[in-house]
Amino acid sequence: MPLLTARNLYKSFDGTGVLKGISLDVDKGEVLTVIGPSGSGKSTLLRCMTQLEAVDRGEISVCGETLVKTGENQSAVYSDRAACRRIALHIGLVFQNFNLFPHFSVLRNIAEAPMHVLGKKKAEAEASAMELLKKMELSDKADFYPCQLSGGQQQRVSIARALAMNPDLLFFDEPTSALDPELTGEILKVIRDLAAEHMTMVVVTHEMAFARDVADQVVFMADGVIVEQGTPEQVFANTQSERTKAFLSRFNES
Amino acid sequence: MNYTVLLSQMLQATLMSLRIFFSTLLFSVPLGLLVAAGRRSKVKAVNLPVRFYILLMRGTPLMLQLLFIFYGLKPLTGIQLDRVAAAQVAFLLNYAAYFAEIFRGGIDAVPAGQYEAARVLGFTKRQTFFRIVLPQVCKMILPPMSNEFINLVKDTSLAQVIGVTELLRVTSDWVSSAVSMAPFAIAAVFYLLMNAVVTRCFTVAEARMNYYR
Repeated sequence: MPLLTARNLYKSFDGTGVLKGISLDVDKGEVLTVIGPSGSGKSTLLRCMTQLEAVDRGEISVCGETLVKTGENQSAVYSDRAACRRIALHIGLVFQNFNLFPHFSVLRNIAEAPMHVLGKKKAEAEASAMELLKKMELSDKADFYPCQLSGGQQQRVSIARALAMNPDLLFFDEPTSALDPELTGEILKVIRDLAAEHMTMVVVTHEMAFARDVADQVVFMADGVIVEQGTPEQVFANTQSERTKAFLSRFNES
Repeated sequence: MNYTVLLSQMLQATLMSLRIFFSTLLFSVPLGLLVAAGRRSKVKAVNLPVRFYILLMRGTPLMLQLLFIFYGLKPLTGIQLDRVAAAQVAFLLNYAAYFAEIFRGGIDAVPAGQYEAARVLGFTKRQTFFRIVLPQVCKMILPPMSNEFINLVKDTSLAQVIGVTELLRVTSDWVSSAVSMAPFAIAAVFYLLMNAVVTRCFTVAEARMNYYR
């Protein structure tokens, strides 16, 4: 059974359709990359699946639990608050702009939620935070504040912060778009390493080579619909639709 | 002019000014937070009365509010506050309105991404406000708050219109009875000293909060 199921998701802002019937499945241990032009609805899709936005209709279930389904009058019916919260705790999200808490040290950024949301003891939360920092090669930055770090380091801290909650499923919303090309590599490496550990991930990205190499499944979105979907070979090498070909042409030339 | 008597009376009057100063801070800061919350509420039945309250407090002279609460409350409600209590109530209501607008500005200035990050991590709304938002608001509002604190020190002199024997009242009495300008100069030094302390406190607070951006 897939870890994440989305069926016929619809979402519009002020009457403008942003998601127009999106369906996808993500299996445990799978990496799904979402590519597509700006304004295609990729980020909105992610925000709907992480409960930062509510869908207008459609179904989402995570780890076998229903988050939202379409009711009789064709509008979305969300599960009760407790269920939404349980589902939220299965999920982690890494933002484009990191959104670290500026007034907390790096260590506290990572340990705060495990302590106050999961109720872990301070020593335990900080010990696992240190372990995650070691994994991100940032052990020496534990007592620094976010403003003292480079963009790439901040993004690694934010990945550690998400991992500290032990999510079953990790979302990335254009994790390298705020970084210069030199720093992009270090983030992509971290995500690759997580993929090698079979972390289930959904990654929205503009890094085409990365989207192709790291993914088990690629989704190409345009104008709120999934235009093409399949293995990286299918989408990148045996592109079917003209829309996808046009989008990928620039990448394939280089 | 007996300077010992003068200084001792002025010091005593300063204590009254400080009493108004501290009681105003003690109550108007929490009330200001509540008012800010009401001002940000999307519920019209909450939002509109709060906006009217802020308009009333910022739109009429504090001196008028003092006079109204001391002289005008009795005919309307039958409650007669003593002079000091009336002054404290007027200051508290007035400053809460100004503080509320400062708090609101600070809360709105915390980026949406902070709320989103907190939400995705599973923090409750309460935890998000007290752990993530409020500490950042405190840092942002220090400069405008220092303005208000300094204003408040000087505004305490308005309490004399309802007969509170605060610093400036005692000073003017001495000036007219002793026919000397010296008490004015001394009062100026007293106000300056109080505001020097206020300024120093804010400088220290800003330096302490300076560990992050």
